Amino acid sequence: MSNKMHIQLNVNGEAHEFLAEPRELLIYALRERLNITGPHVGCDTSHCGACTVTLDGKSVKACTMFVAQANGAEITTIEGIGSPDALHVLQESFREHHGLQCGFCTPGMITRAVKLLEENPTPTEEEVRFGMAGNICRCTGYQNIVKSILAAANEMNAQPSSSEAVGHNKVEAAE
Amino acid sequence: MKDEVQTREDRVANLKGMGCSRKRVEDARFTQGKGNYVDDVKLPGMLHGDFVRSPYGHARIKSIDTSAALALDGVVAVLTAEDLAPLNLHWMPTLAGDKQMVLADGKVLFQGQEVAFVVARDRYVAADAVELVEVDYEDLPVIVNPHESLQSDVVLREDLAGQTSGAHGPRKHHNHIFTWEVGDKEGTEQVMENADVVVEQSMYYHRTHPCPLETCGSVASMDKVNGKLTVYGTFQAPHVVRTVASLLSGIEEHNIRVISPDIGGGFGNKVGVYPGYVCSIVASIVTGKPVKWVEDRMENLMSTAFARDYHMTGKISATKDGKITGLDCHVIADHGAFDACADPTKFPAGFMNICTGSYDIPVAHLAVDGVYTNKAPGGVSYRCSFRVTEAVYLIERMIEVLAIELNMDAAELRRINFIKKEQFPYTSALGWEYDSGDYHTAWDKALEAVDYKGLRAEQAERVAAFKRGETRSLMGIGLTFFTEIVGAGPVKNCDILGMGMFDSCEIRIHPTGSAIARLGTISQGQGHATTFAQILASEIGLPADSITIEEGDTDTAPYGLGTYGSRSTPVAGAATAMAGRKIRAKAQMIAAYLLEVHDDDVEFDVDRFVVKGAPERFKTMKDIAYAAYNQAIPGIEPGLEAVSYYDPPNMTYPFGAYICVMDIDVDTGVPDIRKFYALDDCGTRINPMIIEGQIHGGLTEALAVSLGQEIAYDDMGNVKTGTLMDFFLPTAWEVPNYETDHTVTPSPHHPIGAKGVGESPHVGGVPCFSNAVQDAFRPFGNRHTNMPHDHWRIWKTANDLGLHG
Repeated sequence: MSNKMHIQLNVNGEAHEFLAEPRELLIYALRERLNITGPHVGCDTSHCGACTVTLDGKSVKACTMFVAQANGAEITTIEGIGSPDALHVLQESFREHHGLQCGFCTPGMITRAVKLLEENPTPTEEEVRFGMAGNICRCTGYQNIVKSILAAANEMNAQPSSSEAVGHNKVEAAE
Repeated sequence: MKDEVQTREDRVANLKGMGCSRKRVEDARFTQGKGNYVDDVKLPGMLHGDFVRSPYGHARIKSIDTSAALALDGVVAVLTAEDLAPLNLHWMPTLAGDKQMVLADGKVLFQGQEVAFVVARDRYVAADAVELVEVDYEDLPVIVNPHESLQSDVVLREDLAGQTSGAHGPRKHHNHIFTWEVGDKEGTEQVMENADVVVEQSMYYHRTHPCPLETCGSVASMDKVNGKLTVYGTFQAPHVVRTVASLLSGIEEHNIRVISPDIGGGFGNKVGVYPGYVCSIVASIVTGKPVKWVEDRMENLMSTAFARDYHMTGKISATKDGKITGLDCHVIADHGAFDACADPTKFPAGFMNICTGSYDIPVAHLAVDGVYTNKAPGGVSYRCSFRVTEAVYLIERMIEVLAIELNMDAAELRRINFIKKEQFPYTSALGWEYDSGDYHTAWDKALEAVDYKGLRAEQAERVAAFKRGETRSLMGIGLTFFTEIVGAGPVKNCDILGMGMFDSCEIRIHPTGSAIARLGTISQGQGHATTFAQILASEIGLPADSITIEEGDTDTAPYGLGTYGSRSTPVAGAATAMAGRKIRAKAQMIAAYLLEVHDDDVEFDVDRFVVKGAPERFKTMKDIAYAAYNQAIPGIEPGLEAVSYYDPPNMTYPFGAYICVMDIDVDTGVPDIRKFYALDDCGTRINPMIIEGQIHGGLTEALAVSLGQEIAYDDMGNVKTGTLMDFFLPTAWEVPNYETDHTVTPSPHHPIGAKGVGESPHVGGVPCFSNAVQDAFRPFGNRHTNMPHDHWRIWKTANDLGLHG
């Protein structure tokens, strides 16, 4: 099992290089090699979305992707969305509308929501519920998560400049 | 000074005390990915543990060969029962007075049981080594049905052979655990014999699982130089874990530090003590290195903490106009391979004897028989106080069945049987003293809010249209009125492994007027850091934003029994208020000294003590805190600290009225929840935002359990629902918006009148969803069908009733 691969990743704007077995999952490369522990492991089968990251502009569940498959990719995790001094609108909105409780699903949830609002800046409630259906929360019953996302969408549309913290794969939210 | 121009309202608002929807202080770290859960704990030199688990439901172990695993590069140790036996750790006591194998000792009793523990350099090597451990099994007959188990010649627990008595009295059969009986058997039988109407209904409350998004795990680190063991873990009761770890390992308790870091949801899953915890500790002692064990989702669903699995039979009697005269219940309780239920010691079936519900039932009787089967141990309270969900499901189904028998409206049947407001405190036929309630007011408010009469009229029209062939959709109206029993509990009758179920709070006020308070509980999403600071803000007059709440480190927090059974606010919340009052009492003396008046001449007002009749003369709590540390006050010790250990005089009894409206497609079995109205009365409300969040979440877990979630076994003892592919967790797509409402009936014995709320929505929600499904089919002759009402079972109900033509 010593066939290691040379892996290059760009995570949250930082370049990383390491040798890894091809079977190593992306989530463990992030969490255990790079100490990026925001994305979590909840189910191991890509159902719960706690491990959601953005990879080359797409929402991806890092628990079922080999790091070898991610070689050369540009990845954004929750750690690359906003900063303590300049939170992303969604991070503010989840707090404002009580969109989280135990916090375990939250990094994946917000990472997915950022992407969702890039894909669809003016979603209906139904579109939010459908677009977030790959992320499971056991605490909130989703009502306040949906509320947080819709409120953030409104705010981002009202103030286009405030969505600048989205990160690397930003799509202009408003015309 | 700025302070002097503030109005009283400003000063109250500035505290962010009880009653306001204060935003959560926890959220900053969670929204930025800076939570610290057990799998985030990484210690230098840390090794990883992984289990070899039984593929069989019941088998004899003929041999275990660990040599190939040990030969693999990176494997440090492989532990089996043989290695643990000299330490007497191959078995451990359970919370229910039974014992449980830590690692399989001669045989395995359920699929997924822990057989060997591999310790390796990283998780991949550990997983490889698990595959290399050779276990030779000889399969034995498997029993997954408790009724069968009680008739079978097969002895599941050979270690108990010949023992005719267990922790809870006589055993009637080698697979029988206990009989727990409460109430008046003969009195109930007599009433039933003479009653106008008696209905009997059997129902199965299926096995399910709390399934928090974070699985269970621990990181143990034995520091051999200082003789100190530190254990990080997913513990809902860290102090109890420390005591158990000390008793099991022989390490003195002061040399063990247990830390519950952030916990990714508990819902009862993280109350028990699991073999993984024990093995990580032993492995750290053996290897001298930190050892991490974190279970994967399949291991979580298969081996740690199932819930329910109650085969219940209810018998209810009434007069012909609907006044209930008696209730008799019998339960066959499937406890799996070991009795590891997490209940207070004297209650082997938890508080199942709350099954008379919200109704004034003069006489009742309950008997519960615990039974061993080849299923995983557990029996935890999944988002409910001990077995209260089972109890409420039973009575709320019996009411519906009785309504059918009497041809009465189920809402009216409930109303005429409610305990009346003036009957509180009310002693139930099965021995509980309900503290307070006003059920009629809540029920009327709920029925009016949903336009109950209008709904029934619409439903009747729908049935008529269905019969005319104009629609294939039926409409169900689910009703539930529940009373919870939470806040365990009074030390006189509630203990866990002998430790009374009090809880605690310790407060230190800092010289500059901020504070830290530590509690014996541990938040798993409930927002303790936010709400307990609000209680304190109101009690001691310092802003909640200046108060840190800390829990979960046994080296710093006072001893407490932890967070489950909605006990944090009823018990630790009370301790917090009481400790705050001790602070206030000392502050009063300091204020009086500073203002040069007698102690009795000052009074507390929001954030200060004022001289009575002279409000311009005052000292703020901030002034007083400073004085406590820098003035020599005659007769008063320096400092401003307090600790309170609170032994609740009674349980608290939150209640609620829930109504669900559902359209059901008869041909696909798909239910569409059109409306869900939830009125909760949890007494004094500390933070409405958090209360509502808890209700949304609890209702969603109830929806899951009622409409599809189960741990199912096949006849060979294979778990059929071991991943999230098969185990139903609703997503945002399947969940409706809920309407929340409330009444406020404070607990008369709780210092701030709060009753607890986190579990009410689950307890009330499960029967409400189920009643909605069953109500849709009532006009076609349905009396009862078992949960979970997944699409197939709903379709089958329709088919059995001949609705598919």
